[in-house]
Amino acid sequence: MASVALSEAEKVYIVHGVQEDLRVDGRGCEDYRCVEVETDVVSNTSGSARVKLGHTDILVGVKAEMGTPKLEKPNEGYLEFFVDCSANATPEFEGRGGDDLGTEIANTLYRIFNNKSSVDLKSLCISPREHCWILYVDVLLLECGGNLFDAISIAVKAALFNTRIPKVRVLEDEEGSKDIELSDDPYDCIRLSVENVPCIVTLCKIGYRHVVDATLQEEACSLASLLVSVTSKGVVTCMRKVGKGSLDPESIFEMMETGKRVGKVLHASLQSLLHKEESLGPKRQKVGFLG
Amino acid sequence: MAMEMRLPVPRKPVSESLGRETKKHLVVPGDTITTDTGFMRGHGTYMGEEKLIASVAGPVERVNKLICVKALKTRYNGEVGDIVVGRITEVQQKRWKVETNSRLDSVLLLSSMNLPGGELAEVQAVFSDGAVSLHTRSLKYGKVPPSLVKRQKTHFHDLPCGASVILGNNGFIWIYPTPEHKEEDAGGFIANLEPVSLADREVISRLRNCIVSLVTQRMLLYDTSILYCYEASLPHQIKDILKPEVMEEIVMETRQRLLEQEG
Repeated sequence: MASVALSEAEKVYIVHGVQEDLRVDGRGCEDYRCVEVETDVVSNTSGSARVKLGHTDILVGVKAEMGTPKLEKPNEGYLEFFVDCSANATPEFEGRGGDDLGTEIANTLYRIFNNKSSVDLKSLCISPREHCWILYVDVLLLECGGNLFDAISIAVKAALFNTRIPKVRVLEDEEGSKDIELSDDPYDCIRLSVENVPCIVTLCKIGYRHVVDATLQEEACSLASLLVSVTSKGVVTCMRKVGKGSLDPESIFEMMETGKRVGKVLHASLQSLLHKEESLGPKRQKVGFLG
Repeated sequence: MAMEMRLPVPRKPVSESLGRETKKHLVVPGDTITTDTGFMRGHGTYMGEEKLIASVAGPVERVNKLICVKALKTRYNGEVGDIVVGRITEVQQKRWKVETNSRLDSVLLLSSMNLPGGELAEVQAVFSDGAVSLHTRSLKYGKVPPSLVKRQKTHFHDLPCGASVILGNNGFIWIYPTPEHKEEDAGGFIANLEPVSLADREVISRLRNCIVSLVTQRMLLYDTSILYCYEASLPHQIKDILKPEVMEEIVMETRQRLLEQEG
């Protein structure tokens, strides 16, 4: 992650603040910064979303392409994740500097989606063993301001909600060769159900307490963090510990409970915002990048 | 716990909210300013192909026959006598490298130091390549564009709300709780790592958020503007100050109070 240099006095100030539930910008330990979400920002993708969380800026694009299903799962389509840490985000990502972080984030995304209920993969199948939809999810890190995983998972969920996959029909010839027909109407498409798509909540341990949505400075003061991937019903799909420090099993349990609680609220807000955005219809004013 | 998600709102251009009558002539690097060769070239311009071209992005300023372009976002250019706040990044044999948001890292020679670990330093000399040599006068860091810090006689302000602010000319700002007794340090710097009280902390956080809102709305920073902004923000909760609509509201109020004071 991008690192920031802090003096001892500043670190001590941050740690003491967290103990008293008053962080540097006035938030409590379980408060998120203001989040801005916008979908359908990139026109030549099947679905896209942009999320701004404080100084963190993420852009996700989803492209649906046809391909052959995997051998061990012939009735399902699948998702492929790719994360690009742009050099715009911080000078450390120049050249190949951002590759490590990119692979780490992509692997985490694979893990949290690696279960039967997150996305209905059977709906992505066109004809078993032959054709299926592959969703290529590309994540672009535009600016790095702390708490990357949360922002990325919110953006991925919003982009999947926005994805429209064209409806196809498989026609069989007399000789047995199959032909795939795309429907003429460009608005005739299937949408994915994102109800069970999980979101990541990162809990950073600072001192004796843990905080949600840490800024870069707070991340520099924390030795260990827990990434909890939670669905909207509060079910934990995956958990991962990052950082050099150690975590007590009791604090892991506490952090997990906080993660579940926070995750449910996160999902509820995101869901209501996405529906509100959709209800504004195609005439809504798109802000995009120059707003 | 608080969680707020919203749709993005396009930012209003600053001149609209200020209600300025005259539209400034904005240029970007490469734009022709004028083809009239009678003008003298100032900062941010150069002569090319018989016309005056801008080399930075910003509004064109004209003083009689002198044309210059004031850059919107610049690195700090040191001047003798300026107060700067810097971060020590590297310790070498005879000197320390200090990061001051300028084009090159500044240098702090051990021989000219009074306080080890000193955060506050005065610019002693400017080298020709832009590096500045600092010497110390005797500690919640925020970075702000240097153009928004007003040049004043004093930069150390003890605000009546219980915190003190050091406004460095280079854009770095240090906020700290006012020490109860003023000590004349002859030398020796003791890092004060005692926990800060909750009341002080709230003041500091509120001040920080106020300064951030002033910067976002591109207002000049000096003790009066910060104080008015702080007072305008009191009815809101500290964490709400960072919301765009609350930010606009308190900065508008600050602007009005400042205008009343001048007029």
